[in-house]
Amino acid sequence: MSSGVYVAGAGALSAIGHSYATSFLALKNSTHGIGPLSSLSSIYKSTLPVGEVKLSNEQLAAQAGLTKPVTRTALLGIHAAREAITDSKLDITKWRTGLVSATTVGGMDRTENFFPDFLKDNTQGILSDVIHHGCGATTDLIAQALGITDFTTTINTACSSSANAIMLGARLIRQNKLDVVIAGGTDSLTRFTVNGFKSLMILSDELCQPFDASRKGLNLGEGAGFVVLVSSRVLQEENLKAKAILTGFANTNDAYHQTASSPDGRGSFAAMQNALIMAGLATSEIDYINLHGTGTLNNDLSEGTAIARLFAEKIPAMSSTKSFTGHTLGACGGLEAVFSVMAIEHQCVFANLRFETTMPEVNLTPQTKFEHKAVNHVMSNSFGFGGNCSSLIFSRSSIE
Amino acid sequence: MTITSYCIIRNKQVLTPNETFSLTQPSFDDFLTALYDRLQPNYPRFYKMDNQSKLGFLAAEILLKEYSIQLCKPETVSIVLSNANASLDTDIRFEASTKTAASPSLFVYTLANIVMGEICIRHSIKGENAFFVAPEFNARLMASYSHQVLNQNKTEVCLAGWVDVLGGQHNVFLYLVENKERGLALPHTASELEKLYRQ
Amino acid sequence: MADLKVQIIEALNLKHLKPEDIGDDQPLFVEGLGLDSIDALELIVLLQQKHNTKIANAQDGPKIFKSVRSIAEYVRANQAAA
Repeated sequence: MSSGVYVAGAGALSAIGHSYATSFLALKNSTHGIGPLSSLSSIYKSTLPVGEVKLSNEQLAAQAGLTKPVTRTALLGIHAAREAITDSKLDITKWRTGLVSATTVGGMDRTENFFPDFLKDNTQGILSDVIHHGCGATTDLIAQALGITDFTTTINTACSSSANAIMLGARLIRQNKLDVVIAGGTDSLTRFTVNGFKSLMILSDELCQPFDASRKGLNLGEGAGFVVLVSSRVLQEENLKAKAILTGFANTNDAYHQTASSPDGRGSFAAMQNALIMAGLATSEIDYINLHGTGTLNNDLSEGTAIARLFAEKIPAMSSTKSFTGHTLGACGGLEAVFSVMAIEHQCVFANLRFETTMPEVNLTPQTKFEHKAVNHVMSNSFGFGGNCSSLIFSRSSIE
Repeated sequence: MTITSYCIIRNKQVLTPNETFSLTQPSFDDFLTALYDRLQPNYPRFYKMDNQSKLGFLAAEILLKEYSIQLCKPETVSIVLSNANASLDTDIRFEASTKTAASPSLFVYTLANIVMGEICIRHSIKGENAFFVAPEFNARLMASYSHQVLNQNKTEVCLAGWVDVLGGQHNVFLYLVENKERGLALPHTASELEKLYRQ
Repeated sequence: MADLKVQIIEALNLKHLKPEDIGDDQPLFVEGLGLDSIDALELIVLLQQKHNTKIANAQDGPKIFKSVRSIAEYVRANQAAA
């Protein structure tokens, strides 16, 4: 009990909902939030399917009590992190509290608007568009808005970023450096990422179909997901209710390619296996896997192969919630950790939308519909470019 | 747990416990190529990398020249890196490419942690890896994080440090921490790291 | 094909090679020059930008990019009217 790390609060913001509760309803009703790109001025406007948060920067700023908008990435992060703290009912000023945040986009949503004017004429361009460009600035803005001063740091490891933020938060608590850590991540949609992923030819021009034989690629998304991690001492002294316990986690490197995963998914296999070892669980004890499941030919085959090998004795229920939200890049680890906590809180598993046919190479059939069932242990996978593979395990709090 | 070796690359100069040398090339790109030619790793993949990955790759080549981590099991070696500019140097180049056609080979490097991926591919490293973005080298954070990683089951070696580049400005401080006394055998503390960094 | 080789070397950062080092029929991927999937994507961009030739499906890449000759033949057959 003394080295336990508990989830006392959670906050979520994505294409399917502006809060933990509304996101859960969408997942329960199998209502996704992916639609044609509308918010960016881009050649792909009105055609490319993406998961946009249906709130403008002005609306987000007003909700946050800011007089004018800062970067969209920071605004999304402030929204979700604030919800997580409110949800925990914790007075963070009483404890050593840190913020470990992750992002890949940082303030690029504004910087990319600065450059066209500036490059034509270097007396043009609005400088305030670039002052919050860096990844660390996003974290600082969130910390300022929430009044967190004891410790802040920023992680950027591509799509596994916010899962790694949660791992670091847990370690800081276990090592008694901090009592409370708000951990997670945020990313907003930008032309930079849209154009970049287009150049890799891994975007689908239709709604994504994770783990399906006819999948064509991923849909980009934006959003933020944060959890409030606390030590057992905080849990007891503040009489908090734990939504879940973080019982296992691991990170490995696939060492194969800058952006593709190895065909046999050895990096993801090792990450999942090591997380199970840390949690002291057998593979048969995992009730639900929240897949990384981007919908690309490469990831789904690689992740599927690793899962089929590791869980050969008993394949658990699994689904990719990216079929609802799109791929939220640096935020997905945090957002999907929140969805994993929801699965435990509500004792359910979510659908893997638009699945029709199993991949010929691996015989895996994800959940096709929302279902209530006993859920004691959930595994959440996040695999990033650079071969960075992370796996988190959350467990029900009445069981150690 | 000790710091066993390091490699610093700044101002086109390389500094290790055993040697110091400079390569006076007119441009930073030429310096990177000249250093590659001097080391002769025979690794054509180098030419596709962005400057941050090239720097990290070369520093790792120098650092691991006399110590073969091939002797360690891949899962027992970890990497923890940090910098201030993330992937900004390549981000700028990628952004420029979008004027004509977005370049996929630039895009894959527009993330701070790809340099770790390249080092892992080269040296078959499969252990834990983390990348922190911070305004400057934070010896305390690096020491405590690497310490934690090395206390995990079975981790033997941690490659850690700072790899930062923007335009021609470059600052690399890469070092090895191991669960044994070897090489420099300096105590693995924040103050020792700070001293080595500030050389 | 000589021009194509120069363009390929530039687009793929093959700084250690000269055009004479690449045979007309030499396999480019896997065994040959050891190019990978990202190189295939850059070649798609090259064909589009410099030769007005589109490849819609990345999966066709390996076939088209087998050798410099197969690229040249594909361009001849599929180049859009200028």
